[in-house]
Amino acid sequence: MNEIALALPAHPADLAHAMRAGKNLEGPQATLRSVVPEKISVRNLSFFYGENQALHDVSVPLYERQVTAFIGPSGCGKSTLLRVLNRIYDLYPNQRAEGEVLLDGENILAPAQDAILLRARVGMVFQKPTPFPLSIYENVAFGVRLHQRLPRSELEGRVESALRRAALWNEVKDKLNAGGQSLSGGQQQRLCIARTIAVQPEVILLDEPCSALDPISTAKIEELVSELKDDYTIVLVTHNMQQAARVSDRTAFMYLGTLIEFDRTARIFTSPRDRRTQDYITGRFG
Amino acid sequence: MSALYRQRRRRNSVAAFLMIGATALGLGWLALILGALVWNGIGALSLAAVTQNTPPPGSIGGLLNPIVGSLLLTAVAVLVGTPLGILAGTWMAEYGRYARLTPVIRFVNDILLSAPSIVIGLFVYEILVAPIGHFSGLAGAAALALIVVPVVVRTTEDMLRMVPNELRESAASVGMPRSVLITRLVYRAATAGLVTGVLLAIARISGETAPLLFTALNNQFFSLDMNQPIASLPVVIFQFALSPYKEWQQLAWAGALLITLAVLALSIVARTLAAVRKTA
Repeated sequence: MNEIALALPAHPADLAHAMRAGKNLEGPQATLRSVVPEKISVRNLSFFYGENQALHDVSVPLYERQVTAFIGPSGCGKSTLLRVLNRIYDLYPNQRAEGEVLLDGENILAPAQDAILLRARVGMVFQKPTPFPLSIYENVAFGVRLHQRLPRSELEGRVESALRRAALWNEVKDKLNAGGQSLSGGQQQRLCIARTIAVQPEVILLDEPCSALDPISTAKIEELVSELKDDYTIVLVTHNMQQAARVSDRTAFMYLGTLIEFDRTARIFTSPRDRRTQDYITGRFG
Repeated sequence: MSALYRQRRRRNSVAAFLMIGATALGLGWLALILGALVWNGIGALSLAAVTQNTPPPGSIGGLLNPIVGSLLLTAVAVLVGTPLGILAGTWMAEYGRYARLTPVIRFVNDILLSAPSIVIGLFVYEILVAPIGHFSGLAGAAALALIVVPVVVRTTEDMLRMVPNELRESAASVGMPRSVLITRLVYRAATAGLVTGVLLAIARISGETAPLLFTALNNQFFSLDMNQPIASLPVVIFQFALSPYKEWQQLAWAGALLITLAVLALSIVARTLAAVRKTA
Protein backbone atom coordinates (compact mmCIF):
# COMPACT_ATOMS: atom_id res chain seq x y z
CA MET A 1 0.00 0.00 0.00
CA ASN A 2 2.76 2.36 0.96
CA GLU A 3 4.72 1.56 -2.14
CA ILE A 4 1.82 2.42 -4.39
CA ALA A 5 1.17 5.72 -2.65
CA LEU A 6 4.79 6.64 -3.04
CA ALA A 7 4.84 6.10 -6.74
CA LEU A 8 1.84 8.33 -7.42
CA PRO A 9 1.76 12.10 -7.16
CA ALA A 10 -0.24 13.42 -4.20
CA HIS A 11 -3.16 14.69 -6.26
CA PRO A 12 -4.89 13.35 -9.33
CA ALA A 13 -4.46 16.78 -10.91
CA ASP A 14 -0.71 16.43 -10.61
CA LEU A 15 -0.82 13.13 -12.33
CA ALA A 16 -2.85 14.58 -15.17
CA HIS A 17 -0.44 17.45 -15.60
CA ALA A 18 2.53 15.23 -15.38
CA MET A 19 1.10 12.86 -17.93
CA ARG A 20 0.19 15.64 -20.30
CA ALA A 21 3.66 17.08 -19.99
CA GLY A 22 5.07 13.61 -20.37
CA LYS A 23 3.30 13.07 -23.62
CA ASN A 24 4.87 16.20 -25.05
CA LEU A 25 8.24 14.92 -24.11
CA GLU A 26 7.82 11.83 -26.20
CA GLY A 27 7.37 14.09 -29.21
CA PRO A 28 9.36 17.08 -30.36
CA GLN A 29 10.96 17.94 -27.06
CA ALA A 30 12.78 14.68 -26.73
CA THR A 31 14.61 15.40 -29.94
CA LEU A 32 15.11 19.04 -28.99
CA ARG A 33 17.01 18.02 -25.91
CA SER A 34 20.29 17.58 -27.68
CA VAL A 35 20.07 20.88 -29.57
CA VAL A 36 18.84 23.18 -26.82
CA PRO A 37 21.90 25.16 -25.72
CA GLU A 38 22.69 25.96 -22.13
CA LYS A 39 22.03 29.64 -21.51
CA ILE A 40 23.42 29.46 -18.03
CA SER A 41 25.65 26.77 -16.61
CA VAL A 42 25.99 26.67 -12.87
CA ARG A 43 29.16 24.82 -11.97
CA ASN A 44 30.24 23.73 -8.52
CA LEU A 45 28.48 26.66 -6.92
CA SER A 46 28.75 27.13 -3.17
CA PHE A 47 27.24 30.07 -1.35
CA PHE A 48 27.87 31.52 2.07
CA TYR A 49 25.91 33.85 4.32
CA GLY A 50 28.82 34.80 6.55
CA GLU A 51 29.93 31.53 8.08
CA ASN A 52 26.76 29.74 7.03
CA GLN A 53 27.00 27.68 3.89
CA ALA A 54 23.68 27.76 2.06
CA LEU A 55 24.67 26.03 -1.18
CA HIS A 56 26.96 23.03 -1.49
CA ASP A 57 28.66 22.41 -4.81
CA VAL A 58 25.59 22.87 -6.99
CA SER A 59 25.91 22.22 -10.71
CA VAL A 60 22.93 22.61 -12.99
CA PRO A 61 22.31 23.64 -16.61
CA LEU A 62 19.64 26.20 -17.46
CA TYR A 63 18.52 25.71 -21.05
CA GLU A 64 17.81 28.53 -23.42
CA ARG A 65 14.15 29.43 -23.91
CA GLN A 66 12.96 26.91 -21.42
CA VAL A 67 11.40 27.25 -18.03
CA THR A 68 13.47 25.66 -15.31
CA ALA A 69 11.73 25.31 -11.97
CA PHE A 70 13.47 24.94 -8.63
CA ILE A 71 11.46 23.21 -5.97
CA GLY A 72 12.27 22.12 -2.46
CA PRO A 73 11.34 22.80 1.14
CA SER A 74 11.88 26.22 2.73
CA GLY A 75 15.52 26.98 3.35
CA CYS A 76 16.80 24.48 0.79
CA GLY A 77 18.72 27.18 -1.07
CA LYS A 78 16.56 27.59 -4.16
CA SER A 79 16.09 31.34 -3.71
CA THR A 80 19.75 31.68 -2.81
CA LEU A 81 20.70 30.06 -6.09
CA LEU A 82 18.42 32.44 -7.97
CA ARG A 83 19.99 35.42 -6.22
CA VAL A 84 23.40 34.36 -7.47
CA LEU A 85 22.30 34.36 -11.10
CA ASN A 86 22.01 38.17 -11.27
CA ARG A 87 24.41 38.78 -8.41
CA ILE A 88 21.76 40.59 -6.41
CA TYR A 89 23.48 39.20 -3.32
CA ASP A 90 26.23 41.72 -4.08
CA LEU A 91 24.09 44.31 -2.32
CA TYR A 92 24.92 42.71 0.99
CA PRO A 93 28.29 42.28 2.61
CA ASN A 94 29.21 38.91 4.09
CA GLN A 95 27.50 37.05 1.28
CA ARG A 96 29.77 35.35 -1.17
CA ALA A 97 29.64 32.76 -3.90
CA GLU A 98 32.29 30.25 -4.96
CA GLY A 99 32.34 28.29 -8.17
CA GLU A 100 31.28 29.36 -11.62
CA VAL A 101 28.12 30.60 -13.22
CA LEU A 102 28.53 30.81 -16.98
CA LEU A 103 26.16 33.03 -18.90
CA ASP A 104 26.73 32.36 -22.59
CA GLY A 105 30.03 30.86 -21.55
CA GLU A 106 31.26 33.81 -19.50
CA ASN A 107 31.68 33.55 -15.77
CA ILE A 108 29.44 36.16 -14.19
CA LEU A 109 31.03 35.62 -10.80
CA ALA A 110 34.33 36.96 -12.12
CA PRO A 111 35.27 40.23 -10.43
CA ALA A 112 35.54 41.89 -13.84
CA GLN A 113 31.84 41.29 -14.51
CA ASP A 114 29.89 44.56 -14.16
CA ALA A 115 26.91 43.74 -11.96
CA ILE A 116 24.73 46.48 -13.43
CA LEU A 117 25.25 45.33 -17.01
CA LEU A 118 24.65 41.76 -15.88
CA ARG A 119 21.32 42.69 -14.32
CA ALA A 120 20.21 44.33 -17.53
CA ARG A 121 20.65 40.91 -19.14
CA VAL A 122 19.29 38.87 -16.25
CA GLY A 123 16.09 40.42 -14.91
CA MET A 124 14.37 39.42 -11.70
CA VAL A 125 10.84 39.43 -10.32
CA PHE A 126 10.41 39.04 -6.59
CA GLN A 127 8.01 37.28 -4.29
CA LYS A 128 6.44 40.51 -3.08
CA PRO A 129 5.30 42.83 -5.85
CA THR A 130 7.49 45.93 -5.53
CA PRO A 131 6.44 48.64 -7.95
CA PHE A 132 8.60 51.75 -7.79
CA PRO A 133 6.97 54.77 -6.14
CA LEU A 134 6.34 56.16 -9.63
CA SER A 135 3.51 56.17 -12.15
CA ILE A 136 2.64 53.00 -14.03
CA TYR A 137 4.26 54.38 -17.18
CA GLU A 138 7.41 55.45 -15.35
CA ASN A 139 7.68 52.08 -13.62
CA VAL A 140 8.28 50.52 -17.00
CA ALA A 141 10.07 53.42 -18.72
CA PHE A 142 12.55 54.07 -15.93
CA GLY A 143 14.50 50.88 -16.41
CA VAL A 144 14.63 51.35 -20.19
CA ARG A 145 16.06 54.86 -19.85
CA LEU A 146 18.85 53.55 -17.66
CA HIS A 147 20.27 51.58 -20.53
CA GLN A 148 19.18 53.31 -23.71
CA ARG A 149 18.40 56.79 -24.96
CA LEU A 150 15.26 56.37 -26.99
CA PRO A 151 13.14 59.02 -28.67
CA ARG A 152 9.92 59.57 -26.79
CA SER A 153 7.69 57.79 -29.28
CA GLU A 154 9.91 54.76 -29.32
CA LEU A 155 10.00 54.68 -25.54
CA GLU A 156 6.23 54.86 -25.42
CA GLY A 157 6.07 51.96 -27.85
CA ARG A 158 8.47 49.97 -25.70
CA VAL A 159 6.38 50.61 -22.60
CA GLU A 160 3.19 49.62 -24.37
CA SER A 161 4.61 46.40 -25.77
CA ALA A 162 6.07 45.45 -22.38
CA LEU A 163 2.70 46.05 -20.73
CA ARG A 164 0.99 44.06 -23.47
CA ARG A 165 3.38 41.17 -23.07
CA ALA A 166 2.73 41.21 -19.34
CA ALA A 167 -1.01 41.03 -20.09
CA LEU A 168 -1.57 44.28 -18.24
CA TRP A 169 -2.05 46.82 -21.03
CA ASN A 170 -5.83 46.60 -21.27
CA GLU A 171 -6.20 47.14 -17.56
CA VAL A 172 -3.92 50.18 -17.30
CA LYS A 173 -3.89 51.88 -20.72
CA ASP A 174 -6.27 54.59 -19.51
CA LYS A 175 -4.41 55.34 -16.31
CA LEU A 176 -0.74 55.20 -17.18
CA ASN A 177 -0.10 58.21 -14.96
CA ALA A 178 -1.69 56.64 -11.90
CA GLY A 179 0.72 55.41 -9.22
CA GLY A 180 2.05 51.90 -9.66
CA GLN A 181 1.18 51.21 -6.05
CA SER A 182 -2.51 51.89 -6.71
CA LEU A 183 -2.83 48.61 -8.62
CA SER A 184 -3.97 45.33 -7.09
CA GLY A 185 -1.38 42.77 -5.98
CA GLY A 186 -1.72 40.67 -9.11
CA GLN A 187 -1.55 43.72 -11.36
CA GLN A 188 1.49 45.00 -9.46
CA GLN A 189 3.25 41.70 -10.07
CA ARG A 190 2.48 41.88 -13.78
CA LEU A 191 3.74 45.47 -13.73
CA CYS A 192 6.98 44.17 -12.24
CA ILE A 193 7.17 41.60 -15.03
CA ALA A 194 6.54 44.34 -17.62
CA ARG A 195 9.27 46.43 -16.02
CA THR A 196 11.64 43.50 -16.33
CA ILE A 197 10.71 42.68 -19.93
CA ALA A 198 11.04 46.33 -21.02
CA VAL A 199 14.77 46.26 -20.33
CA GLN A 200 14.93 43.38 -22.86
CA PRO A 201 16.83 40.89 -20.73
CA GLU A 202 17.83 37.46 -21.94
CA VAL A 203 17.02 35.63 -18.74
CA ILE A 204 14.14 36.24 -16.33
CA LEU A 205 14.40 35.05 -12.75
CA LEU A 206 11.12 34.58 -10.93
CA ASP A 207 11.37 34.16 -7.17
CA GLU A 208 8.08 32.66 -5.98
CA PRO A 209 6.23 35.23 -8.07
CA CYS A 210 2.77 33.98 -7.14
CA SER A 211 3.07 33.24 -3.47
CA ALA A 212 1.45 36.55 -2.51
CA LEU A 213 -1.27 36.33 -5.14
CA ASP A 214 -4.80 34.97 -5.38
CA PRO A 215 -5.54 31.95 -7.62
CA ILE A 216 -6.82 34.00 -10.58
CA SER A 217 -3.77 36.26 -10.62
CA THR A 218 -1.62 33.16 -10.22
CA ALA A 219 -3.21 31.57 -13.26
CA LYS A 220 -2.54 34.75 -15.27
CA ILE A 221 1.10 34.83 -14.27
CA GLU A 222 1.54 31.15 -15.08
CA GLU A 223 -0.01 31.64 -18.50
CA LEU A 224 2.33 34.57 -19.00
CA VAL A 225 5.36 32.48 -18.08
CA SER A 226 4.41 29.90 -20.68
CA GLU A 227 4.21 32.63 -23.32
CA LEU A 228 7.39 34.38 -22.30
CA LYS A 229 9.54 31.31 -22.68
CA ASP A 230 9.33 31.72 -26.45
CA ASP A 231 11.72 34.64 -26.06
CA TYR A 232 13.38 34.29 -22.71
CA THR A 233 15.17 31.78 -20.60
CA ILE A 234 13.13 31.57 -17.43
CA VAL A 235 14.16 30.35 -14.02
CA LEU A 236 11.33 29.88 -11.57
CA VAL A 237 11.61 29.27 -7.86
CA THR A 238 8.40 27.98 -6.38
CA HIS A 239 7.21 26.15 -3.32
CA ASN A 240 4.15 25.14 -5.26
CA MET A 241 4.82 21.79 -6.92
CA GLN A 242 1.72 21.90 -9.09
CA GLN A 243 2.97 25.21 -10.44
CA ALA A 244 6.33 23.70 -11.28
CA ALA A 245 4.57 20.79 -12.97
CA ARG A 246 2.28 23.12 -14.93
CA VAL A 247 4.74 25.64 -16.32
CA SER A 248 8.24 24.23 -16.36
CA ASP A 249 10.18 22.15 -18.86
CA ARG A 250 12.87 21.13 -16.41
CA THR A 251 12.68 20.80 -12.69
CA ALA A 252 15.42 20.79 -10.12
CA PHE A 253 14.80 19.49 -6.65
CA MET A 254 16.94 20.97 -3.92
CA TYR A 255 17.32 19.90 -0.36
CA LEU A 256 19.53 21.30 2.40
CA GLY A 257 21.59 23.38 0.00
CA THR A 258 22.36 20.61 -2.43
CA LEU A 259 20.86 19.75 -5.78
CA ILE A 260 19.27 16.34 -5.38
CA GLU A 261 17.84 15.80 -8.79
CA PHE A 262 17.48 17.64 -12.08
CA ASP A 263 15.51 16.33 -14.99
CA ARG A 264 12.69 16.92 -17.39
CA THR A 265 9.71 18.05 -15.34
CA ALA A 266 7.57 15.13 -16.40
CA ARG A 267 10.19 12.72 -15.24
CA ILE A 268 10.72 14.40 -11.88
CA PHE A 269 7.03 14.22 -11.15
CA THR A 270 6.37 10.73 -12.44
CA SER A 271 9.49 8.68 -11.86
CA PRO A 272 12.06 10.52 -9.78
CA ARG A 273 15.25 8.63 -9.21
CA ASP A 274 16.00 9.87 -5.75
CA ARG A 275 14.05 8.73 -2.76
CA ARG A 276 14.09 12.27 -1.28
CA THR A 277 12.58 13.76 -4.44
CA GLN A 278 9.90 11.16 -4.32
CA ASP A 279 9.16 11.83 -0.68
CA TYR A 280 8.95 15.56 -1.32
CA ILE A 281 6.68 15.46 -4.34
CA THR A 282 4.37 13.03 -2.60
CA GLY A 283 4.07 15.36 0.37
CA ARG A 284 6.02 13.29 2.88
CA PHE A 285 7.97 16.31 4.04
CA GLY A 286 8.50 19.96 3.19
CA MET B 1 -11.37 29.43 36.97
CA SER B 2 -13.88 32.18 37.60
CA ALA B 3 -11.90 33.32 40.67
CA LEU B 4 -8.88 33.60 38.41
CA TYR B 5 -10.93 35.54 35.92
CA ARG B 6 -12.29 37.91 38.59
CA GLN B 7 -8.81 38.57 39.85
CA ARG B 8 -7.66 39.34 36.33
CA ARG B 9 -10.48 41.82 35.88
CA ARG B 10 -9.66 43.52 39.17
CA ARG B 11 -6.06 43.89 38.12
CA ASN B 12 -7.16 45.23 34.78
CA SER B 13 -9.32 47.93 36.41
CA VAL B 14 -6.50 48.98 38.73
CA ALA B 15 -4.01 49.13 35.87
CA ALA B 16 -6.44 51.03 33.64
CA PHE B 17 -7.16 53.51 36.44
CA LEU B 18 -3.43 54.13 36.96
CA MET B 19 -2.83 54.61 33.25
CA ILE B 20 -5.71 57.04 32.84
CA GLY B 21 -4.53 58.89 35.93
CA ALA B 22 -0.99 59.19 34.59
CA THR B 23 -2.26 60.44 31.25
CA ALA B 24 -4.54 62.98 32.90
CA LEU B 25 -1.72 64.21 35.10
CA GLY B 26 0.60 64.74 32.12
CA LEU B 27 -2.01 66.33 29.90
CA GLY B 28 -3.35 68.42 32.77
CA TRP B 29 -0.16 70.39 33.19
CA LEU B 30 0.12 70.84 29.47
CA ALA B 31 -3.43 72.17 29.36
CA LEU B 32 -2.67 74.58 32.21
CA ILE B 33 0.43 75.87 30.44
CA LEU B 34 -1.36 76.31 27.13
CA GLY B 35 -4.35 77.85 28.89
CA ALA B 36 -2.22 80.43 30.69
CA LEU B 37 -0.38 81.15 27.47
CA VAL B 38 -3.52 81.75 25.44
CA TRP B 39 -5.22 83.64 28.29
CA ASN B 40 -2.33 86.07 28.67
CA GLY B 41 -1.10 86.06 25.11
CA ILE B 42 -4.34 86.69 23.21
CA GLY B 43 -4.82 90.03 24.96
CA ALA B 44 -1.30 91.09 24.08
CA LEU B 45 -1.52 90.08 20.43
CA SER B 46 -2.29 93.00 18.18
CA LEU B 47 -1.33 94.36 14.79
CA ALA B 48 1.25 96.53 16.52
CA ALA B 49 2.79 93.44 18.12
CA VAL B 50 3.87 92.15 14.71
CA THR B 51 4.50 95.42 12.87
CA GLN B 52 6.47 97.52 15.37
CA ASN B 53 9.93 97.08 16.77
CA THR B 54 10.72 96.36 20.39
CA PRO B 55 10.05 99.47 22.45
CA PRO B 56 12.16 101.09 25.13
CA PRO B 57 10.87 100.42 28.62
CA GLY B 58 7.62 102.13 29.36
CA SER B 59 6.42 102.71 25.83
CA ILE B 60 4.29 100.84 23.31
CA GLY B 61 5.88 98.64 20.64
CA GLY B 62 5.94 95.25 19.01
CA LEU B 63 8.08 92.24 18.16
CA LEU B 64 8.88 92.86 14.51
CA ASN B 65 12.66 92.80 14.88
CA PRO B 66 12.79 89.57 16.94
CA ILE B 67 10.27 87.89 14.61
CA VAL B 68 12.37 88.76 11.55
CA GLY B 69 15.54 87.85 13.45
CA SER B 70 14.14 84.45 14.43
CA LEU B 71 13.04 83.76 10.86
CA LEU B 72 16.49 84.66 9.53
CA LEU B 73 18.34 82.61 12.14
CA THR B 74 16.08 79.62 11.59
CA ALA B 75 16.28 79.86 7.81
CA VAL B 76 20.07 80.00 7.73
CA ALA B 77 20.37 77.21 10.32
CA VAL B 78 18.01 74.96 8.35
CA LEU B 79 19.62 75.76 5.01
CA VAL B 80 23.02 74.82 6.40
CA GLY B 81 21.97 71.96 8.64
CA THR B 82 19.52 70.12 6.37
CA PRO B 83 21.87 69.19 3.51
CA LEU B 84 24.54 68.11 5.98
CA GLY B 85 22.05 66.03 7.92
CA ILE B 86 20.48 64.44 4.85
CA LEU B 87 23.83 63.58 3.30
CA ALA B 88 25.10 62.05 6.55
CA GLY B 89 21.85 60.17 7.15
CA THR B 90 21.88 58.90 3.56
CA TRP B 91 25.39 57.60 3.93
CA MET B 92 24.46 55.82 7.15
CA ALA B 93 21.29 54.24 5.75
CA GLU B 94 22.54 53.39 2.25
CA TYR B 95 26.26 53.20 1.64
CA GLY B 96 27.37 52.66 5.21
CA ARG B 97 24.48 50.51 6.33
CA TYR B 98 26.70 47.59 7.23
CA ALA B 99 29.84 49.58 8.00
CA ARG B 100 31.31 49.30 11.46
CA LEU B 101 31.58 53.06 11.57
CA THR B 102 27.82 53.56 11.30
CA PRO B 103 26.81 52.50 14.82
CA VAL B 104 29.60 54.70 16.16
CA ILE B 105 28.34 57.70 14.20
CA ARG B 106 24.81 56.98 15.33
CA PHE B 107 25.92 56.85 18.95
CA VAL B 108 27.83 60.13 18.72
CA ASN B 109 24.95 61.70 16.84
CA ASP B 110 22.55 60.67 19.60
CA ILE B 111 24.81 62.33 22.14
CA LEU B 112 24.78 65.49 20.06
CA LEU B 113 21.03 65.17 19.77
CA SER B 114 20.60 65.29 23.51
CA ALA B 115 23.44 67.69 24.28
CA PRO B 116 22.29 70.60 26.44
CA SER B 117 21.80 73.47 24.03
CA ILE B 118 23.66 75.87 26.31
CA VAL B 119 26.77 73.77 25.77
CA ILE B 120 26.35 74.18 22.04
CA GLY B 121 25.98 77.93 22.58
CA LEU B 122 29.19 78.06 24.59
CA PHE B 123 30.98 75.94 22.00
CA VAL B 124 30.04 78.31 19.18
CA TYR B 125 30.98 81.25 21.41
CA GLU B 126 34.44 79.77 21.79
CA ILE B 127 35.04 79.04 18.12
CA LEU B 128 33.16 81.88 16.41
CA VAL B 129 32.27 84.73 18.74
CA ALA B 130 35.43 85.02 20.82
CA PRO B 131 37.92 84.84 17.90
CA ILE B 132 35.91 87.27 15.75
CA GLY B 133 35.39 89.57 18.67
CA HIS B 134 31.66 90.25 18.51
CA PHE B 135 28.29 88.54 18.68
CA SER B 136 26.56 87.92 15.37
CA GLY B 137 23.52 86.43 13.72
CA LEU B 138 25.78 84.03 11.84
CA ALA B 139 27.15 82.64 15.08
CA GLY B 140 23.57 82.21 16.28
CA ALA B 141 22.61 80.42 13.08
CA ALA B 142 25.69 78.19 13.42
CA ALA B 143 24.64 77.21 16.95
CA LEU B 144 21.10 76.42 15.74
CA ALA B 145 22.49 74.47 12.76
CA LEU B 146 24.43 72.32 15.21
CA ILE B 147 21.08 71.43 16.76
CA VAL B 148 19.44 70.84 13.38
CA VAL B 149 22.09 68.45 12.06
CA PRO B 150 21.66 65.57 14.54
CA VAL B 151 17.87 65.76 14.32
CA VAL B 152 17.95 65.54 10.52
CA VAL B 153 20.64 62.84 10.53
CA ARG B 154 18.54 60.70 12.81
CA THR B 155 15.25 61.13 11.01
CA THR B 156 16.88 60.71 7.60
CA GLU B 157 18.53 57.47 8.59
CA ASP B 158 15.36 56.16 10.23
CA MET B 159 13.15 57.10 7.30
CA LEU B 160 15.50 55.66 4.67
CA ARG B 161 15.81 52.46 6.65
CA MET B 162 12.04 52.16 6.59
CA VAL B 163 12.14 52.02 2.79
CA PRO B 164 11.91 48.26 2.18
CA ASN B 165 14.95 46.44 0.87
CA GLU B 166 12.73 44.89 -1.79
CA LEU B 167 12.65 48.28 -3.49
CA ARG B 168 16.45 48.41 -3.55
CA GLU B 169 16.66 44.85 -4.85
CA SER B 170 14.08 45.34 -7.55
CA ALA B 171 15.74 48.57 -8.65
CA ALA B 172 19.10 46.81 -8.76
CA SER B 173 17.56 43.99 -10.75
CA VAL B 174 16.70 46.27 -13.67
CA GLY B 175 20.30 47.43 -13.60
CA MET B 176 19.80 50.68 -11.73
CA PRO B 177 22.94 52.20 -10.21
CA ARG B 178 22.77 52.94 -6.53
CA SER B 179 23.00 56.70 -6.92
CA VAL B 180 19.97 56.75 -9.21
CA LEU B 181 18.12 54.43 -6.89
CA ILE B 182 18.72 56.73 -3.91
CA THR B 183 17.99 60.05 -5.56
CA ARG B 184 15.07 58.99 -7.71
CA LEU B 185 13.34 56.22 -5.77
CA VAL B 186 14.39 56.04 -2.14
CA TYR B 187 14.10 59.78 -1.51
CA ARG B 188 10.78 59.78 -3.26
CA ALA B 189 9.48 56.92 -1.16
CA ALA B 190 10.68 58.70 1.98
CA THR B 191 9.87 62.31 1.05
CA ALA B 192 7.19 62.83 3.67
CA GLY B 193 9.41 61.38 6.37
CA LEU B 194 12.37 63.53 5.37
CA VAL B 195 10.24 66.68 5.33
CA THR B 196 8.82 65.72 8.70
CA GLY B 197 12.35 65.47 10.08
CA VAL B 198 13.21 68.96 8.87
CA LEU B 199 9.97 70.36 10.27
CA LEU B 200 10.69 68.74 13.61
CA ALA B 201 14.14 70.29 13.57
CA ILE B 202 12.62 73.72 12.90
CA ALA B 203 10.16 73.21 15.74
CA ARG B 204 13.04 72.23 17.96
CA ILE B 205 15.21 75.28 17.27
CA SER B 206 12.46 77.88 17.11
CA GLY B 207 12.17 77.87 20.89
CA GLU B 208 15.87 77.63 21.70
CA THR B 209 17.14 80.47 23.88
CA ALA B 210 20.34 79.26 25.48
CA PRO B 211 22.47 78.81 22.33
CA LEU B 212 21.48 82.29 21.15
CA LEU B 213 22.40 84.09 24.38
CA PHE B 214 26.10 83.51 23.72
CA THR B 215 26.01 83.90 19.95
CA ALA B 216 23.38 86.11 18.33
CA LEU B 217 22.82 87.93 21.63
CA ASN B 218 20.06 90.46 21.05
CA ASN B 219 19.39 93.73 19.30
CA GLN B 220 16.75 96.22 20.25
CA PHE B 221 16.73 97.70 16.76
CA PHE B 222 15.58 96.27 13.47
CA SER B 223 18.49 94.60 11.69
CA LEU B 224 19.00 92.24 8.79
CA ASP B 225 22.76 92.18 9.15
CA MET B 226 23.74 88.63 10.03
CA ASN B 227 27.24 89.82 10.90
CA GLN B 228 25.85 91.88 13.79
CA PRO B 229 23.96 90.89 16.90
CA ILE B 230 20.36 90.16 16.00
CA ALA B 231 17.16 89.87 18.02
CA SER B 232 15.23 86.63 18.28
CA LEU B 233 11.90 85.76 19.84
CA PRO B 234 13.13 83.39 22.55
CA VAL B 235 15.83 85.79 23.78
CA VAL B 236 13.43 88.75 23.73
CA ILE B 237 10.84 86.72 25.62
CA PHE B 238 13.50 85.78 28.15
CA GLN B 239 14.57 89.42 28.55
CA PHE B 240 11.08 90.94 28.58
CA ALA B 241 9.47 88.34 30.84
CA LEU B 242 12.06 88.97 33.54
CA SER B 243 11.78 92.74 33.26
CA PRO B 244 9.71 94.80 35.68
CA TYR B 245 7.93 96.67 32.85
CA LYS B 246 4.29 95.85 32.18
CA GLU B 247 4.49 96.49 28.40
CA TRP B 248 7.52 94.25 28.02
CA GLN B 249 5.85 91.47 29.98
CA GLN B 250 2.79 91.71 27.73
CA LEU B 251 4.99 91.45 24.65
CA ALA B 252 6.74 88.42 26.15
CA TRP B 253 3.35 86.68 26.41
CA ALA B 254 2.51 87.63 22.84
CA GLY B 255 5.87 86.30 21.64
CA ALA B 256 5.45 83.04 23.54
CA LEU B 257 2.02 82.55 22.00
CA LEU B 258 3.38 83.29 18.52
CA ILE B 259 6.15 80.70 18.84
CA THR B 260 3.72 78.14 20.20
CA LEU B 261 1.28 78.70 17.36
CA ALA B 262 4.06 78.49 14.79
CA VAL B 263 5.35 75.21 16.25
CA LEU B 264 1.79 73.90 16.46
CA ALA B 265 1.25 74.70 12.79
CA LEU B 266 4.51 72.97 11.87
CA SER B 267 3.59 69.90 13.90
CA ILE B 268 0.23 69.68 12.19
CA VAL B 269 1.89 69.91 8.78
CA ALA B 270 4.43 67.28 9.80
CA ARG B 271 1.76 64.92 11.08
CA THR B 272 -0.41 65.40 8.02
CA LEU B 273 2.56 64.58 5.82
CA ALA B 274 3.30 61.51 7.90
CA ALA B 275 -0.30 60.38 7.51
CA VAL B 276 -0.20 60.96 3.76
CA ARG B 277 2.94 58.88 3.68
CA LYS B 278 1.24 55.95 5.38
CA THR B 279 -1.71 55.90 3.03
CA ALA B 280 0.31 56.51 -0.13
